[in-house]
Amino acid sequence: MDLFLSQLMNGVGRGVIYASLALALVLIFRTTGILNFAQGEMALFSTYVFWQFTDWGWPVWLAILATLVLSFLGGAAIERVVIRPVEQSSPLVVVIVTIGLFLAFNALAQLVFGTEAKALPRAYPFEQWTLGPLTLESDTVALVVVLAVECVVLWLLFQRTRLGLGLRAVAADPDASRLAGVPVGRMLMFGWAIAAAIGALSGMLVVPTTPGLNAGSMQTILVFAFAAAALGGFDSLLGAVVGGLILGVANTMTIQYLNVLDGIELVVPFGLILGVLLVRPQGLFGSTRVERV
Amino acid sequence: MRTRASVGRWVTAVLLGFAFVYACSLATSDDIPRLQLVAQALYFAVAAAGLNLLTGYNGQVSIGHGAFFGIGAFTSAILIKDHGWEYLPTLPVAAVLAAVVGVLVGFPALRVKGLYLALVTLGLATIFPDVIKRFFDESGQGQVTVRSRLLRAPEWWPAGIGDRYQWAYVLTLVLTVVAFVITAIVVRLRFGRALVAVRDHEAAATTLGIDPARVKLGAFGLSAAYAGIAGSLSVLVLGNAEANKATTFNLSILFLIAVVVGGTATVLGPLVGGWFVVMLQDQVNTFAERPDRLLGLPVPGPVEDFVRGKTVLTPAIFGIVLVVSMYLLPDGIVGASRRGWNRAWAAAQRRRIPAPVPASDGPDPQRKDRT
Repeated sequence: MDLFLSQLMNGVGRGVIYASLALALVLIFRTTGILNFAQGEMALFSTYVFWQFTDWGWPVWLAILATLVLSFLGGAAIERVVIRPVEQSSPLVVVIVTIGLFLAFNALAQLVFGTEAKALPRAYPFEQWTLGPLTLESDTVALVVVLAVECVVLWLLFQRTRLGLGLRAVAADPDASRLAGVPVGRMLMFGWAIAAAIGALSGMLVVPTTPGLNAGSMQTILVFAFAAAALGGFDSLLGAVVGGLILGVANTMTIQYLNVLDGIELVVPFGLILGVLLVRPQGLFGSTRVERV
Repeated sequence: MRTRASVGRWVTAVLLGFAFVYACSLATSDDIPRLQLVAQALYFAVAAAGLNLLTGYNGQVSIGHGAFFGIGAFTSAILIKDHGWEYLPTLPVAAVLAAVVGVLVGFPALRVKGLYLALVTLGLATIFPDVIKRFFDESGQGQVTVRSRLLRAPEWWPAGIGDRYQWAYVLTLVLTVVAFVITAIVVRLRFGRALVAVRDHEAAATTLGIDPARVKLGAFGLSAAYAGIAGSLSVLVLGNAEANKATTFNLSILFLIAVVVGGTATVLGPLVGGWFVVMLQDQVNTFAERPDRLLGLPVPGPVEDFVRGKTVLTPAIFGIVLVVSMYLLPDGIVGASRRGWNRAWAAAQRRRIPAPVPASDGPDPQRKDRT
């Protein structure tokens, strides 16, 4: 039982990592209808920028703030310069462009910052608390807190502000919202900007808990984040978080209890997704789109 | 009177003829790296042609074709290495095995669409290397190397035309031609038209008596078979099969790039795209190794120092080329040249016959600006 509980905690620890990036994916999807394959690598690049600031001796908190601002601006710039010209094209073209960004950002990070792994400082002290049979790490706590805050802020933004109303309108029907006077272009730019910042935050919190920052840091996380978003439904923020947690727990439990699947643990989370999608093609929390003939 | 389309077909046929003569002239070459490179471009084109049937004609995006390619590669490699097979009989086994897995992966596609399907296939590309490592690989590297001796040309191969590498090249060339001829036929058949109908409007297609489920599964199976054959050929050409997280995912992406850069839903697009992808990769790799000259021109010193030894340059340039080519040629090289041809033809016609009414330069209906 103790083992089960501690594995459960581990699973939650992994899950919040996936959820934090999945949140950024969902955000872009909700505002623009684009699945951004470059999300992980944009976060990777931001994390390298963060490393650069700390390497210059900036205090960690200042470095995080500066990186967030830069990522926000960078996200907006990418939407304006790279995505805008192809937005009207077929979805396949847009997917290909984000794959191009994926390759370019990953390579650019290595070209600019070098290929050796970098050690990153945590933004908070590392501690372990023992609660009865459980060990709780400050890493997990920090991510849970940040995720909760992100969710609340985003929910308030989407549901309680004029800006959020505009974002939702653009996502639902860009043409109609343009007619209603919503500045569609600016909304899309804002969606990318905020997703880039959230992705960057995810990178800055997650990578310090791993052995070191390198070009592959975000890739497995991105695959799981995609899976989490798919499981939860691509247009649901809550779904992304729940999906991430389910995947994290399923993953650690498989490693612990199903020795048969040693080496191919990934079958379980992906099997899970497949199962859910077969029953609910729109994901657990996603909304269905009515197709008119 | 000659029509625009018929003249266009002639031009295409002549260009293809030149390409084919060039390809044949290489068959007796001793330049082994060159042979391998061209063979690589060819089997890339085959895999891309398969993906094009699924993604271009049938509208189902797959980011998992690297896995079907890998299934073909490992089937051939293992049968040759551990079971003493000749190369040729492994080829149909590889194709059939890939097709079977393709149909199995296609089943979720009956329910799961668009982005979600892309993710299911991404999952396949992620799991595949683990499965290989777990069940088929003693070294733990996700790699099966076949010794050159086992890949020799068969008995009946004429002695005059080199051996191992020439045989691999010629077989790849023949199968590429066959694959593209089959594609050209398939897209004109009932099945090919059904692919497009299901992509464009599933409900409408159903009312015409098309069974979307069968068409989709068929598309997956056929598409995977192409990728399996390409994978099998890669073993013959390179002498090993490899599967790890990076290679399977990269291959999947490269096939997709080949399709889109060449031209989606065009028969010849994947041929051009496969060639483009492999040759660009080779050029950039060469440039990163010896950065003193680019396309025969000298390179300024600071650039040379920056680039030297940076193999990571390849993905960087790939990414940039990809984004730029989507701006300039959203319908791919083949689509764009077709458009250019139509425009040039129309201009030539206008010059010959004076237009009765001056052509108005009204707003382009294709153009929609965002505010």
